[in-house]
Amino acid sequence: MSKKDLEVIIATDCGSTTTKAILIEKKGDTYRQTFRGEAPTTVEAPFEDVTKGVLNAITEVEELSGRRILDGEKILTPNEGKTGVDIYVSTSSAGGGLQMMVAGAVKAMTGESAQRCALGAGAIVMDVLASNDGRADHEKIERIRQLRPDMMLLSGGTDGGTVTHVVELAQFLKAADPKPRLGASYKLPVIYAGNNKAHGQIKEILGDRTALIITENLRPSLERENLMPARHKIHDIFLEHVMQQAPGYPRLMKMVGAPIMPTPAAVGTMTEKFAKANNFNVLAVDIGGATTDVFSVFEGVFNRTVSANLGMSYSISNVMAEAGLPNILRWLPFDIDEQDLRNRLKNKMIRPTTIPQTVEDLQVEHAVSREALRLAFDQHKALAVGLKGVQQERSISDAFEQTASGQSLINVMRLDYVIGSGGILAHSPRRTQSMMMMIDAYQPEGITRMAVDSIFMMPHLGVLAQISEKAALDVFYNDCLVRLGTCLAPKGLAKEGQKIMEWEVTGSDGSRQAGELRFGEMVHVPFGAPKAKLVAKPVKGFDMGAGSGNRVEADIEGGVVGLVLDGRGRPFTLAKDPSKRRDDLNKWYKAMGMYPV
Amino acid sequence: MPCTVLRKKRLLPIPGKVLAAMGQQVGAMDVVAQTELPGKVFSVNVANRLAVGPEEIKNFMVKNEGDAVKKGEIIAENKPFLKWFKTSIESPVEGTVESVSPVTGQVLLREPPKVLPIKSYVKGSIVEVVPEFGVTVEAEGTFIQGIFGVGGETNGEIAVAVSSPDEELTAEALSEGHRGKIVVGGKHAGLATIKRAVELGVNAIVVGGIHDRDLRQLLGYDIGVAVTGTEKIGLTLIVTEGFGMIPMAEYTFKLLSSRNGEHASVSGATQIRAGVMRPEIIVPGYPKNVSECKKDQGRGWIEPGDPIRIIREPHFGVIGTVKSLPPELTVIGSESHARVLEVSLEGGEVIVVPRANIEVLEK
Repeated sequence: MSKKDLEVIIATDCGSTTTKAILIEKKGDTYRQTFRGEAPTTVEAPFEDVTKGVLNAITEVEELSGRRILDGEKILTPNEGKTGVDIYVSTSSAGGGLQMMVAGAVKAMTGESAQRCALGAGAIVMDVLASNDGRADHEKIERIRQLRPDMMLLSGGTDGGTVTHVVELAQFLKAADPKPRLGASYKLPVIYAGNNKAHGQIKEILGDRTALIITENLRPSLERENLMPARHKIHDIFLEHVMQQAPGYPRLMKMVGAPIMPTPAAVGTMTEKFAKANNFNVLAVDIGGATTDVFSVFEGVFNRTVSANLGMSYSISNVMAEAGLPNILRWLPFDIDEQDLRNRLKNKMIRPTTIPQTVEDLQVEHAVSREALRLAFDQHKALAVGLKGVQQERSISDAFEQTASGQSLINVMRLDYVIGSGGILAHSPRRTQSMMMMIDAYQPEGITRMAVDSIFMMPHLGVLAQISEKAALDVFYNDCLVRLGTCLAPKGLAKEGQKIMEWEVTGSDGSRQAGELRFGEMVHVPFGAPKAKLVAKPVKGFDMGAGSGNRVEADIEGGVVGLVLDGRGRPFTLAKDPSKRRDDLNKWYKAMGMYPV
Repeated sequence: MPCTVLRKKRLLPIPGKVLAAMGQQVGAMDVVAQTELPGKVFSVNVANRLAVGPEEIKNFMVKNEGDAVKKGEIIAENKPFLKWFKTSIESPVEGTVESVSPVTGQVLLREPPKVLPIKSYVKGSIVEVVPEFGVTVEAEGTFIQGIFGVGGETNGEIAVAVSSPDEELTAEALSEGHRGKIVVGGKHAGLATIKRAVELGVNAIVVGGIHDRDLRQLLGYDIGVAVTGTEKIGLTLIVTEGFGMIPMAEYTFKLLSSRNGEHASVSGATQIRAGVMRPEIIVPGYPKNVSECKKDQGRGWIEPGDPIRIIREPHFGVIGTVKSLPPELTVIGSESHARVLEVSLEGGEVIVVPRANIEVLEK
C-alpha cells in the first residue's frame, strides 16, 4: 500500500501504566482522530506481555467505532469498508523506557553532545561520564558497575585528535564489565561515536566484552555536532536488543507496520514537524507523575531534556527537595503550616493515585507544578545551548559584547508557541489554571501562543508522521491541540499602576477588543477567534519583541481561555512581604477567574 | 492477613552459586545463594608518575597483568644511573594488576572479590531454584504491609510498646529490654523516640505515622523519590498509615498484638514506581486459633459496607464505612469530575469522597 492510500490508521502508545489507542480516519481531504480506547499496560507480572494491553485498548476502539480491527490477535489490514485498518503504528515507554549511560572526553563538549544525542533519541540519561567530571577513576568505574543501562554511548575526541581520553574511558568501561538492565546473560550494547582514529583500539578493548557498534563521530570537529548517525544506531539497538528483551515486544514488533519508537522520540518528532511547518520557535512539555520531558525547537534546532525526578506524584517530594519549600509556598494565596505541607506532599508520594478534593489542595498541587515546570525548564535551558569550545571570530565591536560560546538557545522573547501535556496541565478543572501555571513557570515575554494536548496524542502522531506527515499534522491541528489563547507580556519594570501598554485585537470573525495594561495587573480577555491581528504599543522601557517602546503588529490566536495580558513585568518577582504577596496572588487569580470563590 | 501463604524470591544481582536445594527447609538467617562481586578497580597513572611516555611504561613495570600485589608493594619503578633519582610506585590497594595501557599510561589494579551472601530472610521451604541466581522461599504466616519504610531487612521478636493504636510511641516507653526487637507503636513516633530506639539497639519500629520533618532530620536529606531500603539510620522504620499523626489501623494493631513475643522478619524497602514494593512484617507460623493458611483473597473491588480509610485532605486519616457507590462522575470541591463514594462516619454523618482517595481496610 502506498502512503497516499492511507485512510484508516490505528495507533497505540504503550505507557508505563496505560496503553492508549486512537483511530484516525480520512474524512474528505482531512485526517481526523475519531475514536479512542485505553487499557492497563501489561508489561509487568502477572501478564508480562505488552500485546495483551494493546489488544484490549484496540478492542475498546472496535466496540466504540463499530469497525472490526482484530482477527483474534492479528490486526486486519488493509481497510475494507468497516473492517480493518491500513496501518498500525506504536510507541512505547513501558518498562521504564530507554535507559542509557553516556560518556565523553570533556564534560562540556563531547559529554554534552553525547547527552543531547541520547536525549534526542528518547532516552533517559542515567549518568554522564567524562574524564573531567570531578570523580576519581575508581568512582567512575564503580558508577558504571552499579548502573544497569539498556545501552551505553561512548564518545570522545574530535576526528584525528588525541585518543588518550577516550581509550581511558573504554578501559574503565571494560574494567567495570557492566551488565544490561534486561537479560543478564547478554552483552551490553555499546555505541562508539568518538574520534575515528581510535576505532582499532576501541575494538581491541571492548570488542569481546560488549556488543560494540561503531558509528560516525558525534563531534567530528569542535565546530560541528553530528548527532544523527549515533541517534539512528540508538534507535536500531532499541529495536534489536532492548525491545527484544522486554515482555511481549517481539510480538508487538511483528504487529506494527512501521518501527516502534520510544514515546519521547515520537513527541520530539511531532514538535519538530509542527515547528517546521509553521516556522515557529516551540516549547513543548510533558509533565507526568515521575518525570518531566521538555522539547524545544529554536531557530530550527531541536533539543530535548528529561528531568527524571521532577513529577507530580511519584517524584512530588523531589520537587520539594529541589525547589525548596519556600518556592512552593510562594505560589499559595493562603497560609499553610510547613509541617502540614511537608506531610501532604509525602503522602501524595506514597499514595500517588490520590486526587485533590478541595480547592486548597488543588492550589497546593498547582504550586508544586509551577516549580516542577520551572526546574525542568532551567535544566532544559542549560542543555539546549550552542556548541561549547568553539572558537569564535570577533570583530572590534563584538569585543565589547563578550558573549561566550555555549549560550542557551532558548530565548523566551522569541518563543512563539508553548504546548503543555500531562495530567496537571491537560486535566485542570479550568483551562485558565493550565495557562497560568505555564505563564508563571516559563515567564514568556512578548507574544506567546499556548495550547494543551488534552489526551496526550503527540506520541501517536509523532510515530505516524514517519509514515504520513499530512495525517499527523491534520490530526494535530484539528483534534490534538486545545488552543488556550495568547499571552501578552511586555518586558520591563515600572511602578505599580503605571500604564505600560496599549493594545488592540481584531479577530478573523470581525470581533474587536482594545484596552490598556498597567504594571502589576493581570487582565483576562475571553477571545475565541482562532486567528486575530494584534497591535500592541508598549511605553518606553517596555518591549513586546520589537525593542523598547516600539509598536508591534502580529498574528495571534484566541482560544478557550483567550488573551492573557500579563502586566507583572519581566523579570517577574513576587513581593517579599507575605501579606502583599498573598494579596497580589489573590488579585491575579481572581482576575483570571482561576478558582471558585 | 492472620495467616497467608507467601513467596519470596531471593536472587543474586549477578550469577553465583545456589546453596539451598528444592524442598529444603530454611531459617531466616540461612544463606541460600552466594556470589563473588568483582573487586573495586583503582587506577595509577604510571607514565605521569615516572615522567615517561605511555608506550614506554611496560619497560618499567615490576608487576605485570594478572600478577597479585599487596598494598604498598612496588608495581613500577625507573632505573636511573643515580639512586637518588629513583622513583618507585607502590600499589594503593591489595589485589591484582588488571591492565597496563600503553595508550594512556595507566595501570588498573583490582581489589580481591567480595563475597555477597543472600539470606533466606523468612523461615520456610524452597519451592523454586533459579540456577546461578537463587531461590524462591515459601512461608506460611502473618503478613502485614506498611505504606512506607526506611532501612533494610532485619528480624527480631515483636514487642508491642503501647496499649492502643492511637497512643503515641514515646521515648520513655522504650527500655533496654527492647534491644534487638521489633517495637510496635501506635499513632506516631517522633524524632526523640526514634533516636532513643537507635541508642538502645532496637532493630525496627512499626508505627502509624511519622512527620516528614523528623524523617529529614534522621536521614540528613529529603527523600525525593520513594525508593528506599538502603538507608543506614541504625534501625528499620515502618510506617503503616502515612505521614503525620495517624492511628494505626485497628486490624493491623490487633494482628501485631496477637503475635506479640514471636519472631518476625521485617523490611523497610519501599518502591512506588514500576514493580511496587511496600515495607512488610512477616511472622512465620500459625497464629493462635488458626490451623489453616489461605492464599491472598483480596476481592479487588469495593462494596457498600466495606470499612475504609480516607487517605487525602480534607478528611485524611478518617475511618468510615462505604454507604453507596454512585456510578456517574461527580463534580467535587476542586471542580474536577471524579468517581466518588458516599462514606458513613461514626457519628452518622455522610460525606462524599473521590474513590481514588480511599483505602479499603481489612475486617
